[in-house]
Amino acid sequence: MKEKIFINAKIIDPSQNIDEKGCLIIDNNGKVKAIGKDIKKNDVSPSVEIIDLKNNLLIPGIVDMKAFVGEPGFEYKENFRTLSQAALAGGVTSIVTMPNTNPIIDNVSMVDFIIRRGRDKASVNLFPCAALTKQMEGKLMTEFGLLSDKGIIGFSDVKKTVQNTETMARIMNYASDLGVLIMQHTEDFELSKNGCINEGEISNRLGLEGISQVAEKIIIERDLTLLSEYPCRYHINKISSKKSLEVIEKNKKNGKKFSVGVSINNLSLNENDIGDFKTFLKLSPPLRLEDDRVALVEGIKNGLIDVIVSDHTPEDEESKRLPFAQAATGAIGIETLLPLALEMYHNNSLPLNKIIETLTINPSKILKINKGTLKPGSDADICVLDLEAPWVVKADSLKSKSKNTAIENRKLQGKILMTFLNGELVFNQ
Amino acid sequence: MAVIKNTTAIKSSPKHLLGIQNLSILQAKKILEEAKSFIKLNRSKSKKLDLLRGKTQINLFFEPSTRTQSSFDLAGKRLGADVMTMNMGNSALKKGETLIDTAMTLNAMHPDLIVIRHQDSGAPNLLSQKVNCPVINAGDGRREHPTQALLDALTIINRKNKIEGLKIAICGDILHSRVARSNIYLMNMLGAEVNVIAPKTLMPNSIEKLGVKAFTNMKKGLDGCDIVMMLRLQNERMQGSFLPSKREYYEYFGLTPEKLKYANKDALIMHPGPMNRGVEIDTKLADDINVSLVKEQVELGVAVRMACLKMYCK
Repeated sequence: MKEKIFINAKIIDPSQNIDEKGCLIIDNNGKVKAIGKDIKKNDVSPSVEIIDLKNNLLIPGIVDMKAFVGEPGFEYKENFRTLSQAALAGGVTSIVTMPNTNPIIDNVSMVDFIIRRGRDKASVNLFPCAALTKQMEGKLMTEFGLLSDKGIIGFSDVKKTVQNTETMARIMNYASDLGVLIMQHTEDFELSKNGCINEGEISNRLGLEGISQVAEKIIIERDLTLLSEYPCRYHINKISSKKSLEVIEKNKKNGKKFSVGVSINNLSLNENDIGDFKTFLKLSPPLRLEDDRVALVEGIKNGLIDVIVSDHTPEDEESKRLPFAQAATGAIGIETLLPLALEMYHNNSLPLNKIIETLTINPSKILKINKGTLKPGSDADICVLDLEAPWVVKADSLKSKSKNTAIENRKLQGKILMTFLNGELVFNQ
Repeated sequence: MAVIKNTTAIKSSPKHLLGIQNLSILQAKKILEEAKSFIKLNRSKSKKLDLLRGKTQINLFFEPSTRTQSSFDLAGKRLGADVMTMNMGNSALKKGETLIDTAMTLNAMHPDLIVIRHQDSGAPNLLSQKVNCPVINAGDGRREHPTQALLDALTIINRKNKIEGLKIAICGDILHSRVARSNIYLMNMLGAEVNVIAPKTLMPNSIEKLGVKAFTNMKKGLDGCDIVMMLRLQNERMQGSFLPSKREYYEYFGLTPEKLKYANKDALIMHPGPMNRGVEIDTKLADDINVSLVKEQVELGVAVRMACLKMYCK
């Protein structure tokens, strides 16, 4: 590969506290060679490929900690190829994929399959998760050790929560010894039974059964109590409410070590957006009040929330064109993750650095992977974007196989211009 | 055959009757006004009109119903429409057909009006997006039952000559009740004050935001009320243990002559039916023609539905 130099770049890399105009050099192995304001065009030989970014923003490729790829079993919703295209168009270069496929990824042979398949068909860095419990039934733990040896990055039952406290205690106890990452969906199913949206005025008006905030809070409290006894690597996938944040704040202040994620949907939408039964906004956890949304944004600002995820959940039209209670849960979002997150910068809710941190180095640290950074020597996974460019989200022009976006017709600012993976240009607008 | 000329249709009326929430006060009053004229007709010997002659009305019932279904059936027939009633409980759905597919199938038969009852909230809204004819909601999940609220309003007006300024109590299983929700919207809209009374477990979270006062005590809740609407304790919807026992519920929330005394002297009782005698209402009280409007509700239900059919059928 030919060496490259990006010139006239506005570089932000929170992993090195870089926020400056400068250059970046990629060596012929696709690694970052040098970065920063001190690098000059003259530092490289004239034969090097020069890319003038014209003051556009250069950041590490986005690391999305939660996305669903339809393979195997749901290829009609999404596959490795379409997911890769959508991701790269959104500046996402590393994806943690969920194991709720068919069959479920809960054994070693499935991991072999998924890694081989991903290697052949995907054009992004994939970090597969395996199920936390066999068949995601919440009863028997999977082979954490063997699965990790095969390349599994973390363990999650995705939309399901281990309800049995004894089982969860054993899982955390066992995991604490192996050092594997547990990624929990926090929802008490007895409390949220039949619920489709936030419990409150809107659920009353729409006549839908509500999911109370307590359903989330109670599992967080339970797990964090267990965490004191069994200090494992514990991550809360997505929180949705102010009440949960209060518990998290208390525990983080006490010095407990765990990490917290939030879906971009819960940061940019609230329950009012559901309107007249829009099933594309049926999400898990549900959209809550504007107060909750504001509290979540604040939670990022003060470090209570570590990562923002796309929670990319492709669903075909048939699964969504149903009465609300019967419709599938989830929305796509990997392609719009970064532009939608930038909304919080444009409306002065969050500093740009903070947003990029939660999308790059923070998830990498939690996952213990060498991504989300442009330190010399690391893989040159790069996203170049025009921070100001306006555009309108149209489902039909998104690259996902499924078109269930929760933000159809939303006006966004910030457009991905180029994405590089290991120094190679893989997306060009 | 008696003929009433269709001169009163509102030009800008919405296409569908999906709920009281989507209705303006003018439209609600128009329906009630229209329905008054049908009360007399229904009591006369010749009950049949030809206002909807040549029109096809499909009643699509995904949930079992006796009075609403027969009321819509009769209303359509009295206006001269061809009425087809489909009980969907055991046909298409069990074959795996979705609501939208059913809608498409029916739409191909060119109906002029579809009346739908469905166990899922919002199902009529979804249906209305997919068919070319007006859709009337005959009850969806726990969301709305607009014609029930309209017939309740008509019944009250018939006895009290007004709704504005009245104090109305709705008691019972508010959480699961679409009748309660539609009545809250309509009675508020028409200027009444609404109290809801229920045990905590059957009272929805933040119900006050719908514009009511919430009580868990019959004595306080019924104080000064002119109308007491009792709701059915919907056993079939009780998936969990909401209450310790029916006996305890009756003790604290069942309407008895003693509890009725908390309300105004001339207070009247209503019930959307079917009643659980001895669970939510004392059996003698339910049949007391001096205070109970239950039979009148059923009678005026037909008139209200005729008015709705006439106004929405284009």
